[in-house]
Amino acid sequence: MSTSILKKPVVHPLWLRITHWLNALAVIVMILSGWRIYNASPIFPFRIPSEWTLGGWLGGALQWHFAAMWLLALNGLIYLLLNTGSGRLWKKFLPLRPREVVQDMLKALRGKLQHDALDHYNAVQKLAYVSVILDLILLVVSGLAIWKSVQFPILRELMGGFDNARIVHFCAMAFLVAFIVVHIIMVALVPRTLLAMLRGR
Amino acid sequence: MIKKKLGPASLLDTESILKDAQRELALPSRRLFAKRALTLGGLSLLTGCNITDEASVNRMLERISRMNDGVQGWLFDPKRLAPTYTQAEMTRPFPFNAYYGIEDVPDIDGSDYQLEILGLVTNKRPWTLEQLHKMPQNEQITRHICVEGWSAIGRWGGIPFSYFLKMIGADLNAKYIDFQCGDDYHTSIDMATALHPQTQLTLTYDGQILPPKYGFPMKLRMPTKLGYKNPKHIVSMEVTNKYPGGYWEDQGYNWFGGS
Repeated sequence: MSTSILKKPVVHPLWLRITHWLNALAVIVMILSGWRIYNASPIFPFRIPSEWTLGGWLGGALQWHFAAMWLLALNGLIYLLLNTGSGRLWKKFLPLRPREVVQDMLKALRGKLQHDALDHYNAVQKLAYVSVILDLILLVVSGLAIWKSVQFPILRELMGGFDNARIVHFCAMAFLVAFIVVHIIMVALVPRTLLAMLRGR
Repeated sequence: MIKKKLGPASLLDTESILKDAQRELALPSRRLFAKRALTLGGLSLLTGCNITDEASVNRMLERISRMNDGVQGWLFDPKRLAPTYTQAEMTRPFPFNAYYGIEDVPDIDGSDYQLEILGLVTNKRPWTLEQLHKMPQNEQITRHICVEGWSAIGRWGGIPFSYFLKMIGADLNAKYIDFQCGDDYHTSIDMATALHPQTQLTLTYDGQILPPKYGFPMKLRMPTKLGYKNPKHIVSMEVTNKYPGGYWEDQGYNWFGGS
């Protein structure tokens, strides 16, 4: 059995697996503490149940949020550098053709989309992963506009002012949560993707 | 890695991966683990108070928060101004906010009020309200941002704080300025923010004497800092190099607390 493992090609290189799981940790801490911060002054007519939040109170949630942001930002930067530097980003996610996305989406909705080769993403996966990378960048940028609205006037104006930056930050969070839900459902349906993300093959 | 040509070989790989995965998943303990990991209960373990109650975790968070103070001090540009607004954009009514209800706002008598000056300053003479009102004043319409996330635009008038600090001969190389307030609140700020052109010893709101709910007789207004850093009902200030903390800061709010 061990020899058969050795012969299998590596689906996810080690750096990718490490950055993936560190990102998962950072994102969970950011979301759960962010929900507690949101509850201090909700921008929409609802609150997040406090059992789903991290930090215990606003000050604690802010501490978690501003600690995990370093992990999210540094790990994300390393991911982007290695991913672009190694050429993996273009190889894995390009070309991304709208026609193929529609075709694969229709296939997926009829339950006919195969998740067969782990080292090759279908068009829907490509779109989902590229979107979530861009979404995380938007989360960081809108977060910076909220945190340092005076020091980063360009980001603040790009977000449409301080109050609007909060709405952008919230919507980007909602997209991330939707992605995570679908992502976890897909992993539950195709568990070998989890094994590949854990041990590379 | 040598890039493999697609063909029977990759099909074989797919098959063997599948077989292998199925064998591994057949182990009941693994399956159980996978199931449990997907439950909300598993997730909620991450959010429980067990983590936040741990003294060591709190110490780590506290340490990172102090590191973030340093980063923010480094990021702070003393010349960069907060945006200003028109009178039409003012938030009316400007919200009242404190750690107590509006009925507990202190009732300070302006006629015998004295601002006490302590610490690293050459002229420690206290200031009466009348003397303060006679000093050069300016006005700003700026956004007050609360740590909770809401914000409001107000019109504030008073003495440029950097002018006042020079006037009393404060040591401008000192690290902190601490403020004690008539409502038992206290907070402290860094010298760079104290010298920022928009930092103001505020005596008026919207052209009128500062009402008690906004901090009569005097507050410190800093559009570069969050609301809890803007002390109201100031009765004394101290220029110091000893870290003074603050009411909320001692409970875990970030000390720099600025934007």
